Amino acid sequence: MKRALCVLLILAAGQLGAADFDYRLAPVELARDVYGFIGKTEDFTTSNGGNIVNTAFIVAPQGVVVIDSGPSLRYGQQMRRAIAGVSAKPVVLVINTHHHPDHFLGNQAYADVPIAALAETRNGIAADGNAFAENLYQMSGDWMKGTEVHVPNKLLTAGPLEVAGRRLRIVALDGHTGADLVLVDEASGVLFAGDLVFNGRAPTTPHADVAHWLAALDQLEALTRAPGFTALLPGHGAPSADAAPIRQTRAWLTWLNASLRDGAKAGLDMNDALARPLPPEFANMPVAASEYRRSVGHLFPALELDALGARH
Amino acid sequence: MRFPLTIAAIALAALMPPAEAAALRENGDPLNSAMWSDMQKTFLGASPVLFDPRVKVTAPSVAESPMQVPVTVDATALPGVVEVVVFADFNPIAEVLRFFPEQAPAFLGFRVKLQQSTPVRAAVRTADGVWHVGGAWVNTVGGGCTAPSAAAGSKEWQQRLNEVSGRQWSEGPNAGRLRLRIVHPMDTGLIAGTPAFYLEEISFTNAAGQRLMRVQPHEPVSENPVFTLSRGSAEGVIEASGRDNNGNVFRARIAP
Repeated sequence: MKRALCVLLILAAGQLGAADFDYRLAPVELARDVYGFIGKTEDFTTSNGGNIVNTAFIVAPQGVVVIDSGPSLRYGQQMRRAIAGVSAKPVVLVINTHHHPDHFLGNQAYADVPIAALAETRNGIAADGNAFAENLYQMSGDWMKGTEVHVPNKLLTAGPLEVAGRRLRIVALDGHTGADLVLVDEASGVLFAGDLVFNGRAPTTPHADVAHWLAALDQLEALTRAPGFTALLPGHGAPSADAAPIRQTRAWLTWLNASLRDGAKAGLDMNDALARPLPPEFANMPVAASEYRRSVGHLFPALELDALGARH
Repeated sequence: MRFPLTIAAIALAALMPPAEAAALRENGDPLNSAMWSDMQKTFLGASPVLFDPRVKVTAPSVAESPMQVPVTVDATALPGVVEVVVFADFNPIAEVLRFFPEQAPAFLGFRVKLQQSTPVRAAVRTADGVWHVGGAWVNTVGGGCTAPSAAAGSKEWQQRLNEVSGRQWSEGPNAGRLRLRIVHPMDTGLIAGTPAFYLEEISFTNAAGQRLMRVQPHEPVSENPVFTLSRGSAEGVIEASGRDNNGNVFRARIAP
């Protein structure tokens, strides 16, 4: 009885926490003048409000550079207030790493600031942003109130980028989506990997090209071996001082692709593939079962075409 | 009608494992769908009905894409299957397909477009006239029937319409299986300006010309349908032939 009462109280407290729509964003120092907001390793829910993503900012000599803006207007606003608590300098640039909604739906809170992305990311947000936002309204509920798509208004290309007195380097990769921007902060040695890297959370694949993604991971791992590297911020999951999250993401993708490809070759249909158990090494990874189920939907049809000898 | 069926149900139950026998029901939809009585009237008429665990309908409880929800119907535990009708209670077009397993086992895998969360059911008519019903709830974000086909955005399908790719498996855990994919937009007709355009008849015959199975797809079957069948004791080349509702025909040989 006592235990039941405790559970009820905890549930009620959880509800109260959700009702004030406060993401409780707390900046985590990744290096000097470099901070991350680390999201939960969960799916979108009405209790986490979509705070399942990592965002970041760099305090440069003449202003603040923001990397990804989060899943909602409220997140963007609260993030901007949390940044102001660290530095009085103005935000001078927002960068969206790729076109998934948890990374750009906070853009509205930075409407007075240039918002930059790779061209394909900008085009993806312009084309699919509203459908993505609608989906998040369904999954995260009232946390999304007032959120509208704000399309990036500045294009980035691979190479060095000097912003507010800080030397950054943009590496243009793909595989998680059609365009995945990776940012290297030269002064701190922090590598912002976006959703090419997941740490302690199963990767998502709705727009994945697994072969390209694996190639991108090799390039990222090389970047962690470059002189000056200090820390890696994945798109989801804890930051890391080494390439372990890269290897973990690679292991998942390699297993996933081989398992579905071999299954299709052996004559499995989609329901057979869905019924397969996760291997022990991934069985306890957060959201592994639900991401596997989603990935079967994303990846199996193309692998099945190969097995049936069909043209794509 | 109720009395003879009850006798039949008791007789059936006596031949089944206890757990399955306990699940046999003559009324009271196990999926608790508000649409069940309408579905029963539409598809099964006044014929006797038995909710029967031997009719296995496999579908994900949460579907990633409402355009491609995988469904597998396995009624091979039921003797004397004549006809199987698959329907989705809450779909704007409820009837998904019908199949007639003549020489082949009563097994068919395919994918469907769902407009919203719904039960997906298979009603299996046995030679004694009883409909045995199984089903599963699928939760989905929806929009599957009123979203345009990918073909609507490209003209490439016109050159490839009714192109068949397929394969048989003779070894391994899926020996005896046949899978095929047919290029077809399977337009539902629910989108303004795009009339219903779908495959409506597919026959599978063995090398001796005997028919193994007849499938009658309807609009909700997914674009570029993929079917999984069990060929049973049939050997050698299997021929798939059929037509769509505009009279376009196809014929393809699937080698073992």
